[in-house]
Amino acid sequence: MEKLSKELQVLMLKKLIEIRRFEERTVQYYQRSKIWGYLHPYIGEEAVAVGACTAIKKEDYIISTHRGHGHAIAKGADLNKMMAELFGKATGYCKGRGGSMHIADTELGMLGANGIVGGGIPISVGAGLSCKMENKGRVILCFFGDGAANNGVFHESVNMSAMFKLPVIYICENNLYAISMCSRDSVAGNDIAGRAKGYGIPGYKVDGSDVIEVFETVEKAVDYARKGNGPSLIEASTYIFLGHHPNDPAAYRPKGEAEHEKSKRDCLTNFKTKLINEKIITEAQIDEIEKDTEKRIDAAVEFAESSPEPELEKFLSEVMS
Amino acid sequence: MRELDYRDAIKEACIEEMDRDPRVFLIGEDIGVYGGAFRAYSGLLDKYGPERVINTPISEQAILGGAIGAALTGYRPVAEIMFIDFCTLAMDQIVNQAAKIKYMTGDALNVPMVLRTQGGAGRGIAAQHSQSLEAWFYHIPGLKVVMPATSYDVKGLLKTAIRDNDPVVFIEHKMIYLNKGPVPEEEYTIPFGVADIKREGKDVTIFAYSNMLFKALEAADDLAKEGISCEVFDPRTLVPLDIDALINSVKKTNKLVVVSEAAERGSIASDIMAIVNDKAFDYLDGPIKRVCGLNSAIPYNSKLEQACIPHKESIIKAVKEII
Repeated sequence: MEKLSKELQVLMLKKLIEIRRFEERTVQYYQRSKIWGYLHPYIGEEAVAVGACTAIKKEDYIISTHRGHGHAIAKGADLNKMMAELFGKATGYCKGRGGSMHIADTELGMLGANGIVGGGIPISVGAGLSCKMENKGRVILCFFGDGAANNGVFHESVNMSAMFKLPVIYICENNLYAISMCSRDSVAGNDIAGRAKGYGIPGYKVDGSDVIEVFETVEKAVDYARKGNGPSLIEASTYIFLGHHPNDPAAYRPKGEAEHEKSKRDCLTNFKTKLINEKIITEAQIDEIEKDTEKRIDAAVEFAESSPEPELEKFLSEVMS
Repeated sequence: MRELDYRDAIKEACIEEMDRDPRVFLIGEDIGVYGGAFRAYSGLLDKYGPERVINTPISEQAILGGAIGAALTGYRPVAEIMFIDFCTLAMDQIVNQAAKIKYMTGDALNVPMVLRTQGGAGRGIAAQHSQSLEAWFYHIPGLKVVMPATSYDVKGLLKTAIRDNDPVVFIEHKMIYLNKGPVPEEEYTIPFGVADIKREGKDVTIFAYSNMLFKALEAADDLAKEGISCEVFDPRTLVPLDIDALINSVKKTNKLVVVSEAAERGSIASDIMAIVNDKAFDYLDGPIKRVCGLNSAIPYNSKLEQACIPHKESIIKAVKEII
């Protein structure tokens, strides 16, 4: 494998920062009730989305989960439209109809976040079918969690994709928790990647806090899929820094676990250190990226705040028609 | 005019649409060499190959997810679920995904797919293969529900369903696949939301769809001999529903009997009664009558099975109660 270019690594750092800061801000606005309903922050898991989405092209597809902001941003989503959607505004990605769990963007091949755990997995089969039928070498990345891996639909979908050799890359973000249920207590054999063997497809276990390792593994699986060999299953071991949602204190976790993960396996801190040590970037340059990111998120908040609400009359006329 | 079996009319609709639009493909269980459980697709694998006639494992969620995902990315799948009873295995994909995607993504995505399936009693295949579950889908905003009874209607409506940009639940009836009916050689489609008066009359309107249409027509024949003139109203599509045509018919006859094979509780028939009460109460000269299936699982024994669903006699009885 070729050595990763500096530019690509800096680009990945920018995306990691963009997702982290965006998510921190959404938690703040959730606590101020500017954002309501359900919000599932992706903080701590950014390296999976960034590494994976950097390994595909713009015309490739992704399908996401209820914890989907990171995937959307990694694929290039517009922060203004995302924030406006979270604020329930008419200018949001879903015109205020969807909120956090339904952001989709056809231009970006982003086939939607999903409020149903496992709901997107079979849809990736269909996108895989169309990629295969149109025969232009497109692929789809299907993100899901350790919780969804225990849903029956996982088996149906991976089996069918493997039988039809569809270009689907299944990326399981094993962040250890499905709300309160730890994957150590819910995944028999504790080896989701190992299930690949049963389907006769490649399976990989990667450190999901290492953006380069994720990137390189997804790239390998994408290449395999583009050549018509079919799907792969990647289990990225990662960690959810906050609870299931901003109001969840995560009291079900063993004492010290989160602190340990945050101090040792923070994908953003570790990647910054790596790039500085390898002299790919300076601290001053990182500060600049941070400032620029804050500015863009400020602008997204301003856009969301100043945007109009969806019109009730219009909604009612649509319902009646 | 030439006559075609109901199932051959289905096949002809698929052939015409697949020839017209390369984005149309078929997916489902045993639809390859086997030709589908009711043989509606016999010969299509040879004609179009396995890329467009996709024979799948027994995986209802992956079949419908497969259809949704392909629809989201530019194709027009026709997914077959062998029995409507098996839709229960994939309700997430139908209710939470297909029906909702367009709305909840702010129209960013749409799902032009057809779910073809069949229901109904009469074959002695008991409780898990004989249900009439149309009300489940009718209840969900975002789904269109089509229930054609004749060869002419099934062909024209299936072509429209395949061209529609939203998910369509297309429900056939297992007892009518071999019914013959006139189907013109030349191409035609039938728009959704346009009912068809299958028999004109002036004394009472009988609302009936799918296999119950034929029971209603038989009842109307018998009642005509007694001097009672029945108008037999076939909605053809339940969503969208041709409410205006129904009200016009009620304005003419001032009486309404609603027939549905499904269990009465929470049925389409119950909702039709409510709609007509709301919108046309002043035109009614008597109570609306419902003739529905029993609130029971469908039994295996033929005598018991037949007792669970409406017949000509039960429709005649209901008409006479309000005439």
